[in-house]
Amino acid sequence: MNRGGPPEADRSDANATLSSVAPGLPESDWGYRLREQRDTLAAFVGFAVMFSIYIGNHPAGLTANVLTTASNKGVLLALVAMAQTFAVLTAGIDLSVGMVLVLANCLASYIVVGSGLTTALGVAGVLLTGLLCGAINGAIVIFGRLQPIVVTIATGAIYYGLALALRRVPGGDVNDSLAGALTGQLAGGVPASIVALLAVVIVVWLPFRRSVIGRAAYAVGSSEIAAYMSGVPVRRAKFVAYTLSGLLASMAGLFVTFITYSGEASAANGSTYTLYSIAAVVLGGVSLFGGSGSAIGAVFGALMFRTIGDLLFVFNLEPLWQPLFQGVVLLVAVCLGSARLFRIRNRLDLFS
Amino acid sequence: MSMLRLERVSKRYGGVHALQDADLAADAGSIHAVLGENGAGKSTLIKILAGVVKPDQGRIILDGQEQHFASPVAANRAGIVCVFQELSLIPQLSVADNIAISNPPRRFGMIDRRAQRRMAEEALARAGAEDIHPRALIKDLSLSRRQMVEIAKALGRRPRLLILDEATSALTAADVTKIYAVLKRLRGDGLALIYISHRMHEIVELADQCTIFCNGRNVANFAAGSKSDDEVIELMIGRRTAHEVDHSARPAVPPPATRTAAPALVVHGRPLLEARGLSWSGRLKDVSLRVHAGEVVGLGGLDGQGQRELLLALFGVLRGLSGQILIDGVPLTIASPSVAKSARVGMALIPEDRKTEGLMLPMSVRDNLSFAALGGLSRFGVINRAAERAEVARIVELLSIRTDGTAIPVGSLSGGNQQKVVIGKWLMITPRIILLNDPTRGIDVGTKREIYPLLRQLAQGGAAILFYSTDYAELIGCCNRVLVLYGGALKRELVGAEVTERALIGSALNLGADAAAAAVAHPKAA
Repeated sequence: MNRGGPPEADRSDANATLSSVAPGLPESDWGYRLREQRDTLAAFVGFAVMFSIYIGNHPAGLTANVLTTASNKGVLLALVAMAQTFAVLTAGIDLSVGMVLVLANCLASYIVVGSGLTTALGVAGVLLTGLLCGAINGAIVIFGRLQPIVVTIATGAIYYGLALALRRVPGGDVNDSLAGALTGQLAGGVPASIVALLAVVIVVWLPFRRSVIGRAAYAVGSSEIAAYMSGVPVRRAKFVAYTLSGLLASMAGLFVTFITYSGEASAANGSTYTLYSIAAVVLGGVSLFGGSGSAIGAVFGALMFRTIGDLLFVFNLEPLWQPLFQGVVLLVAVCLGSARLFRIRNRLDLFS
Repeated sequence: MSMLRLERVSKRYGGVHALQDADLAADAGSIHAVLGENGAGKSTLIKILAGVVKPDQGRIILDGQEQHFASPVAANRAGIVCVFQELSLIPQLSVADNIAISNPPRRFGMIDRRAQRRMAEEALARAGAEDIHPRALIKDLSLSRRQMVEIAKALGRRPRLLILDEATSALTAADVTKIYAVLKRLRGDGLALIYISHRMHEIVELADQCTIFCNGRNVANFAAGSKSDDEVIELMIGRRTAHEVDHSARPAVPPPATRTAAPALVVHGRPLLEARGLSWSGRLKDVSLRVHAGEVVGLGGLDGQGQRELLLALFGVLRGLSGQILIDGVPLTIASPSVAKSARVGMALIPEDRKTEGLMLPMSVRDNLSFAALGGLSRFGVINRAAERAEVARIVELLSIRTDGTAIPVGSLSGGNQQKVVIGKWLMITPRIILLNDPTRGIDVGTKREIYPLLRQLAQGGAAILFYSTDYAELIGCCNRVLVLYGGALKRELVGAEVTERALIGSALNLGADAAAAAVAHPKAA
């Protein structure tokens, strides 16, 4: 063959425009680390600012009691938001988290009672139930190849039905000392609930994030085809994500029981928590398209969302305004998050 | 003995032989180039080797052992790794995460990030891409850098047989140079490499052995450098010699008689559609063209040389486009498809992927047909059902769309009839300018035969048609002129009798660049 083809000069010229690395890429390791955690950090900063304003204007200032109340309310939503994160990371959604919470709450009001041993067994039973609910969701999503949104609406209704069967009217009880310990304060006035949340992050989230299955969940959410072609266990990743979602939701249900000392099959509570969990996840920088974000971001998103209500309180606004302000904050956050769309050059990419 | 041998491998898709009795042998320590025009069976061959597709017949023998790969993972395990043309990277994960994705290093069941980092650095170094940071996210990298990561990922799996499918098509000149050195080093290390490329000079530079595929068959094996460019083109066209293109061998093509129906038109006056110096994102480079009313102008060249982008640019889909588009000689900014289809412009784009860009599959034939024309069929936002039904019936009749009534979902029609619905949908706005993006890909011969005369008929009715096709015979049969793109730039214009398969392939491969440069009749000069 003769040497044909374009001269080298032509080639390099032709490719010059392609060669430029995307602008604004950091140089150092730390730069990349920071960039990786950018959304989580943004959620943290957002929360820190709002919480500081709240404390600054609170008549009592920063006391252990104020902190504990805020923490208890925040941790509850944070757990549900973590649950939602698992599903959303795989580009799915779990609309049953609120109902699993309600079911766990009703169940706990029966079995998390009595001696140390029966209480421990009761807690284990509640958590297992949550795990099972999540596993059912996951199994239907992967084996039925159905859209998670439909599956979890349906199973959510079933879980609520079970909760209603357990508790037609609100009532029940919970182990006093355990509830008191988890909703109270540790030495030095540190809220116990925030420490418990930290423990959950360390025991559940961090190992997930660093496991092969966690990596797979991110990969599936980012590009399912590329994940499959790379030999990533796509189905197992989804199954584990939904299962963990159920587990975290049941933890939140347990916590509700510790705060209220009773069980209540409230559909309104369930739906509210489900919707708030999605809001918290978005505020926390987890992409609803899947594949990016972190449960830690979602935790701060949840804490931020809760603080909105508290802010209204210290500024003497009527609580009636709360949904409106929460909506405004959510919209602003979503708008900031979608600024990247202005950089898209091929409009067809907007839809993919 | 060869490391890998394929014996009489066949694969059919529907009634079409994608690969027929193909043989191939690859040796350790050599680079084996595979050549062939679009649809010659190269991709199918690679997919079979990579475990993505199962052959219907034939044997794959690796080191004397017959293999049956159930999945890409199984092929990897046997030491066969493929760098695909479509990227298999996960955009939101880091470079290191991607390189280690199929088997990350673990400690106590968790991913060992330090070991993974070392592994990634090592793989990047082997690919000559040390400058890519292992922590960078794939989505932040340019196309060329991503392709380098893709190659590093393949090398990270320690392949014995590495397949590169158009692996350099997205690379910058600097990266290409690196990859050449890397491939030569891998050859020295005793790997077998199968290299698929449309760039002749790369093959001259790298290959030890060449195999040419044509129509799903392996038509020639020879040592690199033992044949001239002309001989190689001849083999790629296959069976035919220089004298006459034998259309009977390709039933999809209109009979030679229609070629006389598509002569070089002598056109006067203002072009209906004119583009001046269109450039976009490095994928389109200073493309200028003119299409007159009554003309069918073809877009040729290898797949992915910017033809799709050119059509999208004209149709107002691309942002940040530079250059000028003139309709009836008047410069216009076409900001979106809805501007493009407005009465003032009257442009229609028949997309390549009818399932995603052309049709709403679960909706009815009628709804699909009338979508683009609803503006004209409604008053105060209310659709005139009677007018709609009449128009739809007219189009169904005109295109002889075979459908059981117009209320059934369009997804239940055959592929060919679906494509007719896509075309019909745009004919309902009676467009003056029709852009077609490889409209006959994957549809049956019968429908193709109905589409060609329709195009000519539309042109005779005064439409300006710009027609991209990957089937050279189709361009020969339908077009008055063909513009050949290479690397996003217009490389050659073939007019009338110049439109031959040989000229199309030669210019598509950008051979004889000097002659081609002289032949480009730049519209500005016209």
